[in-house]
Amino acid sequence: MQNKKSENLKEQVLRMSGVNPSKCMRCGKCSGTCPSYDEMEYHPHQFVYMVENGDIETLMKSDSVYKCLSCFACVDRCPRGVEPAKLVEALRLCVIRQKGKNHMTADDIPAVLDDEMPQQALVSAMRKYSK
Amino acid sequence: MQRIGVFVCHCGTNIAGTVDVKAVAEALKNEPGVVFSTDYQYMCSQSGQNMIKEAVAEHRLTGIVVCSCSPRMHEATFRKTAQAAGLNPYMVEIANIREQCSWVHKDMPIGTEKAVILAKAAVAKVNLNAPLTPGESPVTKRALVIGGGIAGIQTALDIADAGFPVDIVETKPTIGGKMAQLDKTFPTLDCAACILTPKMVDVAQNEKIRIFSYSEVTDVKGFVGNFDVTIKRKARYVKEDVCTGCGLCTEKCPQKNVPNEFNLGMDNRRAIYIPFAQAVPKVATIDPNYCTMLKTGKCGVCSKVCTAGAIDYSAKDEYIEERYGAIVAATGFNPISMEKFDEFAYSQSKDVITSLELERLMNAAGPTGGTLLRPSDGEHPHTIVFVQCVGSRCAACEQKGKEYCSKICCMYTAKHAMLIRDKYPDTDVYVFYIDVRTPGKNFDEFYRRAVEEYGVHYIKGMVGKVSPEGGKLKVQASDLIYGKQLHIDADLVVLAAAIEPDKSARGLATMLTASMDTNDFFTEAHPKLRPVESPTAGVFLSGTCQGPKDIPETVAQAGAAASKVIGLLAKDKLLGNPCVAHSDEMMCNGCSTCEKVCPYGAITYQDKEFRMPDRTTKVRRIAVVNEAVCQGCGACTVACMSGAMDLRGFSSKQIMAEVDAICK
Ligand SMILES: Cc1cc2nc3c(=O)[nH]c(=O)nc-3n(C[C@H](O)[C@H](O)[C@H](O)COP(=O)(O)OP(=O)(O)OC[C@H]3O[C@@H](n4cnc5c(N)ncnc54)[C@H](O)[C@@H]3O)c2cc1C
Ligand code: SF4
Ligand code: SF4
Ligand code: SF4
Ligand code: SF4
Repeated sequence: MQNKKSENLKEQVLRMSGVNPSKCMRCGKCSGTCPSYDEMEYHPHQFVYMVENGDIETLMKSDSVYKCLSCFACVDRCPRGVEPAKLVEALRLCVIRQKGKNHMTADDIPAVLDDEMPQQALVSAMRKYSK
Repeated sequence: MQRIGVFVCHCGTNIAGTVDVKAVAEALKNEPGVVFSTDYQYMCSQSGQNMIKEAVAEHRLTGIVVCSCSPRMHEATFRKTAQAAGLNPYMVEIANIREQCSWVHKDMPIGTEKAVILAKAAVAKVNLNAPLTPGESPVTKRALVIGGGIAGIQTALDIADAGFPVDIVETKPTIGGKMAQLDKTFPTLDCAACILTPKMVDVAQNEKIRIFSYSEVTDVKGFVGNFDVTIKRKARYVKEDVCTGCGLCTEKCPQKNVPNEFNLGMDNRRAIYIPFAQAVPKVATIDPNYCTMLKTGKCGVCSKVCTAGAIDYSAKDEYIEERYGAIVAATGFNPISMEKFDEFAYSQSKDVITSLELERLMNAAGPTGGTLLRPSDGEHPHTIVFVQCVGSRCAACEQKGKEYCSKICCMYTAKHAMLIRDKYPDTDVYVFYIDVRTPGKNFDEFYRRAVEEYGVHYIKGMVGKVSPEGGKLKVQASDLIYGKQLHIDADLVVLAAAIEPDKSARGLATMLTASMDTNDFFTEAHPKLRPVESPTAGVFLSGTCQGPKDIPETVAQAGAAASKVIGLLAKDKLLGNPCVAHSDEMMCNGCSTCEKVCPYGAITYQDKEFRMPDRTTKVRRIAVVNEAVCQGCGACTVACMSGAMDLRGFSSKQIMAEVDAICK
């Protein structure tokens, strides 16, 4: 069902994240937990399923990877230890790597600040490295 | 007039907390027939029982009323007490003033009033009680097991182990059932034959067990302890005691194109055949529908090659009669027909198969020698789609499917998918499921292994359509997690067909007067507390004939059924329940109404000669109740329009007296 490119991408995501999506039993607890669910086009359990199916590009194109707050609630709650947030993180990294050298500079930040964006996003940035 | 003693129990505070027990005892003193009335803290205790015994002697009591807990708890206790005091045990009545008074009422006055009323009703009944004596019947110490699958095999072995003779009646030429057709078995993946055939050999070698293979039960009469059973031994045209099972005839028979049912028609056998190498008994059988000798009188090859001289073309069906104390139904199951499932193209393509067919295709003794090959072209399949719940959980149409979950298919599908991925790692395996149901020890772990270790693609959704096209099977299905319709080009589609009870079970149930549910599974006497007994005394249930089961559950139930049989056969005599129906032959019109309502088949009719007032004699048809079979349910007494039928110990008069006492 997959072509070479998407297979490579899938392999990359799996290596970066260290996640084994086949452990997922599709219970939906991650999506039931996710505080950002309503903002997302694809939800945490779908991330896992789509990665398993090698449907990486669809995810990379979707805004949903940025709606994830990295709160790690899904990681905490998943009964099978799948760690969906790590997949989301890997997907974000994939996007960045694909874009090449166009990281944001500090000056760009005020322009993209979002009043609606919870403070938690900042906190979670720290948290994800401690996990 | 009876001389009745009334004993009101406090049950600690269980009763006394909400019922004024002293007031009850006092109120009963003046009831007709009552000569003694008292209360006590625990009537069931040793001193409570002694109190009854002393009162019987002192007051010359002829009847006893105990106002206490439910008769289910202590009726037997107080009957024994009465017997020890020299009374007939059936002269005791219980007024249930605990479950029906103190436990359901909060107010003392209300609880007390009701207790008095119930006690008065019991007194009214005892006034009409008569001593009853249970009948006795002998027990024939031999059991019959109908069906020789793993259920019947295990039950027979366990009964024989306790020292009782057992006969197995199996309709096929060999015992073994479906398990003999399986390849490996979940959840441990041991080979079915390796664990089954030693048991089959044990059966063959056990002196206490006789196998009537290629046989059927055609008639059952009698009742618990004494069933008279007629067994038809179908003509197999081979003398069972002479045939050595060498199999020479099965190689030489020129009639080669007989569909081999053991391999589900996926290859051919001869007209004379032994179903499989480890068959028990290992005896050839001639299939009269294909044997040219039997059909046209020409051939006779097998008789020429048989050095033992076992062939007998003139054999006829034989009937034997035997008496048994207990009967075990172990008639098993079959996968349902897939004919009605056009959407899966089962009838259109050889490459759409059932799971049982897959078992044969993976079995080293199967038509492909254990290599998984497509039935259509003998090629290796590379993409395989499994469909679960085919015909299970299907409430739309009775002709098509079954409303229940078949219970075993989730697990055997996981097994199949895993075995295929293990042996042929280049194969893509998809499993479409509605739910994956894996309750059981090590079962979910087993299924997760299929996914996580063997990389089986489990997809939540159902296959809607399979169309054979250019050597492939185009599978159209839903993926409900993705919210997409999927299209897969498959080489092989495997249908996890629902299972149903063997079609012969209904006829058998009628013979045994055992009840069945709407799906033709045998009904148990109590779904929780008596799961291996049928409501008909002396008839027990083993294996999948009672409901879908895997092998571990089947074997557990088979052993449980055996222990119930042993418990029965260990008795020398059966004491009946004297509270049974009887018909007043003067009033009975022989209308047959009672026979129709009796759930146990206890009623038959007899033509009896009666002397008329004018000295002529007249033959009339009258109902006769078999007291050993009657369970005292009372259905007939209500149905009888002539009022001829009555129940001992619960006569209409007694019940009316109770009602009168309550309404007074
Ligand atoms: C595809 C498939 C795979 C399976 N895999 C597994 C597995 O891996 N592990 C597991 O635990 N379970 C498995 N099972 C379930 C297993 O087959 C059953 O649990 C088991 O066979 C039930 O045994 P039984 O004796 O009740 O019935 P059966 O095996 O059906 O035996 C009944 C016997 O009674 C005979 N009979 C029927 N009617 C009459 C009659 N009127 N008179 C005389 N004889 C009669 C039949 O000929 C048959 O020999 C599988 C089932 C299927 C369909
Ligand atoms: S880490 Fe992201 S995907 Fe997981 S729960 Fe939090 S927001 Fe949702
Ligand atoms: S919580 Fe875990 S197992 Fe459940 S759907 Fe999410 S990733 Fe899968
Ligand atoms: S007599 Fe019948 S069974 Fe025997 S060899 Fe001929 S065809 Fe076959
Ligand atoms: S056991 Fe599984 S496949 Fe079989 S009917 Fe039940 S849910 Fe469906």
